[in-house]
Amino acid sequence: MSTLKIEDLHVEVEGKEIIKGISLEIKSGEVHAIMGPNGSGKTTLSLAIMGHPKYKITKGRILLDGEDITNLETDQKVKKGLFLAFQNPIEISGVKLSTLLVAEYNRVYGSNESVTQVFSKITSLSKSVGISDSLLNRGVFEGFSGGEKKRVEILQLQILKPKFAILDEPDSGVDVDGLKTISDVIKKVKEENNTGYLIITHYRRILDYVNADKIHVLYKGRIIASGSMELAKLIDEKGYEGVIKQ
Amino acid sequence: MKYFTLTWKGLNAFFNRVKDGRKMTEEKVSVDINEILDAAIEAKYNRVDQIEFHRRVVESGLSRSTIEAISKAKKEPEWMLRLRLKSLELFEKLPTPNWLPDVLSSLNVSNLELYIKPDVERTDNWEQIPKEIREYYEKLGIPQSEQKVLGGLVAVLESEPIYANVKQELQKKGVIMMPPEEAMVKYPDIFKQYFMKIFPASDHKFAALHGALWSGGVFVYVPKGVKITTPVEGFFVIGTEMEGQFEHTLVIADEDSYIHFIEGCSAPQFKNFSFHDGMVELFANDNAHIKFTTIQNWSKNVINFNNKRAWANKNSVIEWVEGSLGSKYSFVYPSTILRGEGASSTSLVVTLASAEGDWKDSGSKMIHAAPHTRSRVINKNIGFNGGVNVYRGLVKVNKGAVGSKAFVKCDSLMLDEKTKAYTFPHNQVFEEDADVAHEAHTFRMSEDQLFYLMSRGISEKEATSMLVLGFMDEIMRELPFEYAAMLNKVIKLELDKLGAVA
Repeated sequence: MSTLKIEDLHVEVEGKEIIKGISLEIKSGEVHAIMGPNGSGKTTLSLAIMGHPKYKITKGRILLDGEDITNLETDQKVKKGLFLAFQNPIEISGVKLSTLLVAEYNRVYGSNESVTQVFSKITSLSKSVGISDSLLNRGVFEGFSGGEKKRVEILQLQILKPKFAILDEPDSGVDVDGLKTISDVIKKVKEENNTGYLIITHYRRILDYVNADKIHVLYKGRIIASGSMELAKLIDEKGYEGVIKQ
Repeated sequence: MKYFTLTWKGLNAFFNRVKDGRKMTEEKVSVDINEILDAAIEAKYNRVDQIEFHRRVVESGLSRSTIEAISKAKKEPEWMLRLRLKSLELFEKLPTPNWLPDVLSSLNVSNLELYIKPDVERTDNWEQIPKEIREYYEKLGIPQSEQKVLGGLVAVLESEPIYANVKQELQKKGVIMMPPEEAMVKYPDIFKQYFMKIFPASDHKFAALHGALWSGGVFVYVPKGVKITTPVEGFFVIGTEMEGQFEHTLVIADEDSYIHFIEGCSAPQFKNFSFHDGMVELFANDNAHIKFTTIQNWSKNVINFNNKRAWANKNSVIEWVEGSLGSKYSFVYPSTILRGEGASSTSLVVTLASAEGDWKDSGSKMIHAAPHTRSRVINKNIGFNGGVNVYRGLVKVNKGAVGSKAFVKCDSLMLDEKTKAYTFPHNQVFEEDADVAHEAHTFRMSEDQLFYLMSRGISEKEATSMLVLGFMDEIMRELPFEYAAMLNKVIKLELDKLGAVA
């Protein structure tokens, strides 16, 4: 049983304070959601937790199983068990997708297996989330559609098996079938690995699929409401405006 | 044209491997390269006139008598001595190239020592190789037997069976591969037809210097219709004899033939000379295809000039692949004269300037001298720790070269603020319908790309090298697997120095 604790986090970007004191606690196997209007700071929060150089944590801490990981290097945080599925990952055309995935696989499982074995495992895992061989041969995200990008992010969730995963809008730009596939992976990884989730989304559908435990509403850098799935239903009916007014 | 199969023993005997530890004697002639380069630079600024230049050159040790002694010791035919002397004359007359950076004059270059006899003393002294180099080899996981070749201790790999297949294939197909000194005597007609005709001494000062002092290298002739499927790795098949200071490589591919020749290797090599002025001449006859790859990773005490030019006949293909990783200064401009209709040529060059004071000057010259010819130049420069990369390229489309197509892409990757990159592309187009395109981009390390890779648990170092290798992808793809794998490791070790105090 692991715990990820965010304590009174304040985050600045280019001198401007975006996150104004957020506190959260996620335990292994729990699915939390963050909802909120665009510009409220959801992506900022996720990038700051992962340690992106542009996002400065000016106050507060991030604790993983009691250990203060606030200022660790990004790759160190990942090694401790954090993961982020990006909303809009950047193209890296010079690096082959298969190369990246093999490197990630080896990091988790060590490099005892032969390259061919690892490669065939990656290929079959990729197929199960709808990523073709041709996509594997391309540069990372080079010319990928929105849906393809999301599938690649979710595939990496499956390979890396983190303790805690932040998923930034895993459902945006994804069709109904794609949403089912992604939700199935989220559930599977939770069952097998007891991963705890922080899912950023605008829509309740994915939260229904994955059986979210707790919903938080982020507005102008602060959590203004927390609740069960009831809160998500409320947002669905009344919109953010409605909820904010209450 | 007579060609007979050469047994490995025959080649071996000629190269005079010192297997029993017997030391060969050689007479060393000392030529002070410092004097020569200083005089050349001063002449560039007209601070030194012709007479003074001549005096300094003679004082440096480079004179008619030096050349005559070399030619005599090598037992060369009269025409070669004349070629050498003519080259010396040209060296003294030609102006200093305007691309010679002033910065060279501040470099303390040791005497340039010329061996009159081609055989070199080899000692079994492991300690001769600098400690850092030996440690580097350990990090790269190079087996000791190979380390000895790289260190110049042995001329060729003891474990010959690895390369036996290549040699067998060559012999069976009637390919001639021998030192130029031998070819000059055995095949004078074909030798004279191309030797320093493709790249004449009159072209520039250092080509002339090469003409006067050349020694060693390799002559390759591929018969009509013969296609060599395995790349010929010159360094391992022929050994370090190939890599003398003034070595000359001449590759002739007769009609319809194919050869991929690789010189050098990715692993760092310690060179005990400081000035290299080599030459590579390629001739692709009608419908022939030559791919010439050079990977150079020499120690930082070296100034590297390499004169490279090819003639491409009708419908032939010339491919240049160049990786300049080592040496402190490097001036390499692979060039092709597309003289036959339908000929094409590509040039892929990657340079790495990774230390304060490194100066990598590169580029390609593509001359379209016939109709429907195509050229493609891709130049990738990587710089950090204050290194400087310079691109100087030329695309020329002569009058009458209708339907020609040329493309040049020049990308610079600057990994820090100190590093510099300069681009001087030139186009001279004399045909209206010529399609000449040029792209140039400067990249810095992308923070977001680095972050993404690190968010997958990849360390900053590893992520940086992934991105750098990604930048070099076009060139990596052209290399045989072992070269690419070794180059991979070498780049990673080089990047370790990123951010370190020079």
